[in-house]
Amino acid sequence: MTPEVTILLALVVPLIGAIGIALTGKSPNLRETVTLTTAAITFALVASLFDDVMAGARPERVLLEMLPGLNIAFKLEPLGMVFAGIASFLWIVTTIYAIGYMRGHQEQNQTRFYVCFAIAISSALGIAFAGNMLTLFVFYEVLTISTFPLVTHAGTPEAKRAGRIYLGILIGTSIGLQLVAIVWTWTLTGTLDFTTGGILKGHVSDVVAAVLLLMYVFGVGKAALMPFHRWLPAAMVAPTPVSALLHAVAVVKAGVFTVLKISIYIFGVDFITTISSAEWLQYIAAATIVIASLVALRKDNLKARLAYSTISQLSYIVLAAMLGNSIASVGGGLHIATHAFGKITLFFCAGAIMVACHKTEISQMRGLGKAMPVTMIAFLIGSLSIIGLPPFGGLWSKWFIALGALQADQLIMVAVLMVSSLLNIAYLLPIPFHAFFSRSDAAGAHDDDYVSGHQGGHEHTDGEGIHEAPWPCLLAIIISSAGCLALFFYPDPIFDLLNQMFTP
Amino acid sequence: MIAHHLPVLQIVIPLMAAPLCMFLRHHVWCWLLAVVISWLSLAMSVGLLMQVQDQGVVIYEIGGWAAPWGIEYRIDQLNSFVLVVISAIAAVVMPYARASVDKEVPRDRAFLFYSMMLLCLTGLLGIAITGDAFNLFVFLEISSLSSYVLISMGRDRRGLTASYRYLVLGTLGATFYIIGVGMMYMMTGTLNIADLAKLIPAVAETRTIQAALAFLTVGLCLKLALFPLHMWLPNAYTYAPSAVTVFLASTATKVSVYALIRVIFTIFGGVDILDTLQVSDLLMVLAIAGMFAGSAVAIYQVNIKRMLAYSSVAQLGYMVLGVTMANVSGVTAGIIHLFNHALTKGGLFMAMGCIAYVIGSVRLDDMAGLGKRMPLTMAAFLAGGLSLIGVPLTAGFVSKWYLIQGALEKGWWPVAVLIVLSSLLAVIYIWRVVEMAYFKDPPEGCEAVTEAPMSMLIPMFVLIAATYYFGIDATTTVDIARSAADVLIGEIK
Repeated sequence: MTPEVTILLALVVPLIGAIGIALTGKSPNLRETVTLTTAAITFALVASLFDDVMAGARPERVLLEMLPGLNIAFKLEPLGMVFAGIASFLWIVTTIYAIGYMRGHQEQNQTRFYVCFAIAISSALGIAFAGNMLTLFVFYEVLTISTFPLVTHAGTPEAKRAGRIYLGILIGTSIGLQLVAIVWTWTLTGTLDFTTGGILKGHVSDVVAAVLLLMYVFGVGKAALMPFHRWLPAAMVAPTPVSALLHAVAVVKAGVFTVLKISIYIFGVDFITTISSAEWLQYIAAATIVIASLVALRKDNLKARLAYSTISQLSYIVLAAMLGNSIASVGGGLHIATHAFGKITLFFCAGAIMVACHKTEISQMRGLGKAMPVTMIAFLIGSLSIIGLPPFGGLWSKWFIALGALQADQLIMVAVLMVSSLLNIAYLLPIPFHAFFSRSDAAGAHDDDYVSGHQGGHEHTDGEGIHEAPWPCLLAIIISSAGCLALFFYPDPIFDLLNQMFTP
Repeated sequence: MIAHHLPVLQIVIPLMAAPLCMFLRHHVWCWLLAVVISWLSLAMSVGLLMQVQDQGVVIYEIGGWAAPWGIEYRIDQLNSFVLVVISAIAAVVMPYARASVDKEVPRDRAFLFYSMMLLCLTGLLGIAITGDAFNLFVFLEISSLSSYVLISMGRDRRGLTASYRYLVLGTLGATFYIIGVGMMYMMTGTLNIADLAKLIPAVAETRTIQAALAFLTVGLCLKLALFPLHMWLPNAYTYAPSAVTVFLASTATKVSVYALIRVIFTIFGGVDILDTLQVSDLLMVLAIAGMFAGSAVAIYQVNIKRMLAYSSVAQLGYMVLGVTMANVSGVTAGIIHLFNHALTKGGLFMAMGCIAYVIGSVRLDDMAGLGKRMPLTMAAFLAGGLSLIGVPLTAGFVSKWYLIQGALEKGWWPVAVLIVLSSLLAVIYIWRVVEMAYFKDPPEGCEAVTEAPMSMLIPMFVLIAATYYFGIDATTTVDIARSAADVLIGEIK
């Protein structure tokens, strides 16, 4: 099987899986077997591409001609390989988790959930494999629309409102800014292919380049750069597996991945440094990093806090892309991987707590460490990785982004990264700390304190009787937190791969 | 032999079939006849399109009288494409009409309905095919008069006033058009479009010709419902029987856009009217105003058929905007949107027809929980709505792409911004329906799944599927539209 065929198969298999899931919806066990099998096959396909890409192959495949001269085409390169690998691997882990969560939480419409999930993964892979900007844009929009039913899964008025924000911002920015930027690029250069060194250089004036860069970066609403970040906290009404995989990994990483792709293959890292708006965007990203962290500090709802933390972390990658040097870009690529593992662990833990004892607010989680030790240790691991402490993967990506900032002579950005790490400590570490070292204030945790929008029994209002979440949830949590650890000791494959980004 | 006479057969066959309905009388037979004729029309127009692709412009002299004295049918890249659009929509609407008409039109008048549909089809095809400015007027009246009748045929009495209003404004438009033609005849002594194109430049500086252009433009803009001359359209679409709405929304206004293109690019192509008389500036401003006004008003409609009607006003703005750009990408966008919007809006109005068939209402409030009660129809509506918004992989995206490209090539980047902003308004009015259908529970006691008959669902899905097919692989349609645009731009000096 040639790599070209494998690419197409990796896109098609989740779609076939989606059909299989829809057909086996009547029998939950069979349905989840199909999901899990599909996820495993997809990951195997993506993983089989790794050696080829590492060896320098860049498999290409034109699927069809959409508009005269413009193809739906795929071309696998290192950054796409990393993103595809992460997304497809974590799909398996999330599926395991979702089985425990969705059943434990007695969610409705589970078949629709798994179907949309599979379509979303397929479009995330389409983004990863895209060979030109049009292809990327097509899958970007499919991803938005296929995740809408997941965000509004609950069907409540709150979910409806969240869905409006979600769709409004994501469609609004992508059609309003990104599409125009893409067509503009096309009229200026006559190509949209991702090319090492960029395609715009020499075709545009300084002003146009500055405007285009702004339109592209803000047009990628999925990167949640302020002021287009509101959709991400809103999307937290979705079931936790959705928040975990899509709004910590697939959707948001698709956004920053797009920003990186644009900076490396449309503008070219050298060209970026000459564009005036790149520096403004660095400051906007830096502001997003700090402001979102400050907002996260004030959020008592755990998922909301994690959402703002994600907004902050995404801007690391936007910042890296705008710094315009290869070290920063490699750091940005690494951060896609390390943040994915760290944040998905945290979301898994948040969901596990919700399933096990129906707690959503941080202030209710004191003393939970005794009842849920595995979950809380994993939460600690995830937090440390996000903060960027050894021995966890998050260290490397922050390290390289900081190096990139130094190389770009942006000392202030190094300072921002340091402040941000401190803020991370302030909003993440108290949670496991209080879980282990504070006494559960059972008296304060009565029904009237129960603010969550989810229905469910109230039988676990005191610390007694709380057990760990169902075993599939725990298994997923262990795998993902082990990933955080592994990324510290073995970042080499990803690192070596990303270093090839700048060789054609 | 037959291939040689295809141009005239394209008109004569539906024209003859219309009175035949009066003799057949029985509604089933009339319907069958209409279906057969519409499919035959489609086959003929596809045949013509292929002839034009192979051998260039096809010219047919009626009765052997040579132009410019006789009437000639002249088929080039552009109108062969328009012919296919009209007859393809007719071929999908006719099968759909049976169940819908049974429900919405009194049975003893059904034969009149099919007769008028065929007559309307004849008129629209005639406008597209003819190479004679006066003959175009005749066909314009044939299609208009039959559509006045069609609109008033439903059980809803408000259709009568809607039809009357359309009658008044439509007649005004047609009269303006014929005044314009008369003035041109006065100055040049010819009615043949190709001949006019040759003779106009010599007399272009006269006030008569300039007045003629004004009359022609206003007249046709009335017929194509360019904002603010659209007042007839919303009620006419809302209160007409569903099948009529589908047919008129997808074809009638589009054909008027075609006629406007003919006037601007072919007849007046030799004169630099776009600059000297500022016709294009005026039309551009109105088109953009229409894009926003139409969409904004659509957002506040409670009757969804009327909402889609206002959306049509906005979409016609896109077409006219593309045309006024007067560059290849812009005109391509105008022509391709003519086709893409016909598919999209046809599919959406068909979904409304299905809903009207089942629940007897197309009001937003009555659509609560419809996602559960009519899953197929609502899925089609959602799919069509995405095309209206212009999401990639839909036909609407292709139009938008070329429209933005045309604006950017001209350096009109504020126009490009306005295009995307107005298309975002479509998100709002489509999503109101989606939220009502999917997030509200159906009213008590009607939770069972009921769908319209297959004879309505299949045509609806054919159009929706086409919307996606021509969105995923747009090379054929874009190539045709682009070669037509090349010819038109070539006609401008």
